[in-house]
Amino acid sequence: MALCQLFIQPEAAYTSVSELGEAGTVQFRDLNPEVNAFQRKFVNEVRRCDEMERKLRYIEAEVHKDKVPVPQVKDMPRAPNPREIIDLEAHLEKTENEILELSHNAINLKQNYLELTELKHVLEKTEAFFAAQEEIGMDSLTKSLISDETGQQAATRGRLGFVAGVVQRERVPAFERMLWRISRGNVFLRRAELDKPLEDPNTGNEIYKTVFVAFFQGEQLKSRIKKVCSGFHASLYPCPPSNTERQDMVKGVRTRLEDLNMVLNQTRDHRQRVLVSVAKELASWSIMVRKMKAIYHTLNLFNMDVTKKCLIGECWVPTADLPNVQKALADGSNACGSSIPSFLNCIESDEVPPTFNRTNRFTRGFQNLIDAYGVASYRECNPALYTIITFPFLFAVMFGDLGHGLIMAMFGAWMVIKEVSLSAKKTSNEIWNIFFAGRYIILLMGLFSMYTGLVYNDIFSKSMNIFGSSWYVPYNESTLEHNKALSMNPTESYIDTPYFIGIDPIWQTAENKIIFLNSYKMKLSIIFGVVHMIFGVCMSVVNYNFFKRRYSIFLEFLPQVVFLCLLFLYMVFMMFFKWVAYSTLSEDEAYTQGCAPSVLILFINMMLFSRTAPEAGCKEFMFEGQGTIQRVFVLVALCCIPVMLLGKPLYLLSTKKKHVKPEQSNGNVNQGIELQEQTDIGEVQPKPQPQSSGGHDHDDEPFSEIMIHQGIHTIEYVLSTISHTASYLRLWALSLAHAELSEVLWNMVLTFGLKDHNYVGAVKLYVAFFFWAFFTLAILVMMEGLSAFLHTLRLHWVEFMSKFYAGLGYIFQPFCFKTILEQEDEE
Amino acid sequence: MSCKFCGPKLSLVGVVLSVWGIIQLTLMGVFYAIKSVALLEDLPLGGSHKDISEFIGEVETGYTQNSHNCWIAALLYVITLVISGHQFWLNNRSSVSM
Repeated sequence: MALCQLFIQPEAAYTSVSELGEAGTVQFRDLNPEVNAFQRKFVNEVRRCDEMERKLRYIEAEVHKDKVPVPQVKDMPRAPNPREIIDLEAHLEKTENEILELSHNAINLKQNYLELTELKHVLEKTEAFFAAQEEIGMDSLTKSLISDETGQQAATRGRLGFVAGVVQRERVPAFERMLWRISRGNVFLRRAELDKPLEDPNTGNEIYKTVFVAFFQGEQLKSRIKKVCSGFHASLYPCPPSNTERQDMVKGVRTRLEDLNMVLNQTRDHRQRVLVSVAKELASWSIMVRKMKAIYHTLNLFNMDVTKKCLIGECWVPTADLPNVQKALADGSNACGSSIPSFLNCIESDEVPPTFNRTNRFTRGFQNLIDAYGVASYRECNPALYTIITFPFLFAVMFGDLGHGLIMAMFGAWMVIKEVSLSAKKTSNEIWNIFFAGRYIILLMGLFSMYTGLVYNDIFSKSMNIFGSSWYVPYNESTLEHNKALSMNPTESYIDTPYFIGIDPIWQTAENKIIFLNSYKMKLSIIFGVVHMIFGVCMSVVNYNFFKRRYSIFLEFLPQVVFLCLLFLYMVFMMFFKWVAYSTLSEDEAYTQGCAPSVLILFINMMLFSRTAPEAGCKEFMFEGQGTIQRVFVLVALCCIPVMLLGKPLYLLSTKKKHVKPEQSNGNVNQGIELQEQTDIGEVQPKPQPQSSGGHDHDDEPFSEIMIHQGIHTIEYVLSTISHTASYLRLWALSLAHAELSEVLWNMVLTFGLKDHNYVGAVKLYVAFFFWAFFTLAILVMMEGLSAFLHTLRLHWVEFMSKFYAGLGYIFQPFCFKTILEQEDEE
Repeated sequence: MSCKFCGPKLSLVGVVLSVWGIIQLTLMGVFYAIKSVALLEDLPLGGSHKDISEFIGEVETGYTQNSHNCWIAALLYVITLVISGHQFWLNNRSSVSM
């Protein structure tokens, strides 16, 4: 990773940055952090992009409203050059206006259409009312009205007036009541509901309306009714009182409606044509605009030269990508025909560069697991590499079952094989995305589980006798008949060559299978754990070496590794020794199976300097001089603790006293360099200074701080060797749980279909298999797989990585169009 | 299409399950036929028996019975596979034509 300065001609800046964005290999730094967003150089351009984005959004919304399909772009368009930008801008402007005008016209037309339809309905529906009235006769109506108001004078009698119109259906009851109230019951309201919903011209929603005719008497009432009508947003339509006139009007309205319908269809067709032609370009336009915007945002991070003749940008570049960057710059200046080439200048800096781990699709998943814990400090030893093997392996130790491993491996393999077509399908299904991102992890976990399943000799909780069991039954029939359980003595029933690989299948039929497997798997998990931890401690050497803290190799790493080896590696050694030395076939009585001491008891005695009396004929220790060796080991291990605790602080103290003067001058030199670099901003110096010395942060701390730090580290390490070793026992616990659960599932579910004496069993088996398969997938593969995954993750993060990994870095985020577009798509 | 009664997901589940069922049940049938000791626990056995030979006879009939049952169940899964495969095909075709 190198910090580089780019000198670009202003004319070539746009094209160069565009090329860099396509390449996606540089991370730009903000050179004017104190300038706020509105005072930067390319604010106007960014605004233009924003405006174009707004237009695009509007057009997109219109396109979606008409359900016109938007085709995906096949090949990404490049960022448009400045001349194209103007074209694009003009085009967008034109399209937007066209669509705006079209929709405006459409709304007007629709409004017209709505009014006419309403009028038509009013005329048609009122027909019925008037017809009914004419049958009854006006007289009877007036009579009844008069009879109501007998007390009043009959002078006001005259022709009845009426108002016809349309009101929204949900307002009808309130409308009716209001009319009744204002007229004290003197308005006669007839209404009829429209069967078909009408279309609201503005929103396109469906609205249900009701036609009404209100009969009344007198001008005053008329004006009141009109007020109420406008209050309820009822639209009133003129309705001629005579029948013939109405008939004519209906005819006229119908013809006008037909004409209008034709016009409306034509506008709709036109709009459709416009939208379809826009939709073809829409995706590529929006990509172009977003790229442009990203470019101008980046240019805003640049600094102007004093002479205003070139733009200066600072960026982090991976050293291996420098030629690519130079090529991109050359392409950029060629594209705009600039005569002066842009150039790149690597500068020295004290600052900690961002961390960049080059990954491919295979390693990315594993790197993500590590980065989720913490991004590695710059050039810190990256555990992702080792995780590729240790992660699936430790997972498999817990998930050991050939059948379940096969299912998982097949799922992973399917995702890996169909990788291209599956990744083309973008879904927002989060769970699927997680699985797909970890496809290689799943594949490896499945394959490793198949291997451990073979070693545990477990396939859906059944064992396979592939290579022939090494045990045989030495008993005769009468013995078998009279005993419920018999134990097999290796001297009589063992053929003296072990089963070829893994656990002998005879154990599946044994009553004491779990007791045997527990002891085996516990030892196995401690062995793996101790090896894993020692490996982790050894990794710290690489870090100490790189970060120039060689003294830590002697003062921290060495006592740590000695402590771990003398205590826990020694325990592992005892396990192996016990396996090798003790045998039923052994001649020496002290090495027969009855005398094998418990490794755990031996270890506890070693730590406490106590002893247990051996049984008759046996020895307390496994070999001569073990007691002495153990005592020496414990004492040496205890001596390591003060070295860990005091070594580094005292060393730092002594070096500090020696180098008081040179350090100050160092600081001055540094400041001098920074002053030269950043000519413009002289005052904002002190801030980056303390951060920049992150590599050896203990230098400037007071002695007490260092002491406290070291004390915490030491206590943590010493205690953790015990607790972490015990923590690896989860390998045993989960593998036991998995094996037992799958056995229980087989015995509870599948056996249901296997216990019949006749052919009904086949149907039962058919059903039982369905449930068994379902639970196998849901509980054993999914749930147990997830829990084993989490435990493996913990073993790596806590037990393994805590031994050497700081993870204090920050990630390298290159300026790359691809990631920018993907991020925006997600939003 | 009138005979389409499964959605795309259900038919896929049917296909996968029946392929798994066919493979595993056929293999289990074979293992019962060769009298695999690992499967002894799952045999339909009576509680009491007079002597060893009767017990062995019972075990052997159990083995053959179970192997036949396994194969029949595998056949049932073949039928399931045909049905769900057909459904899957129908679903795929209709989604393509859309």
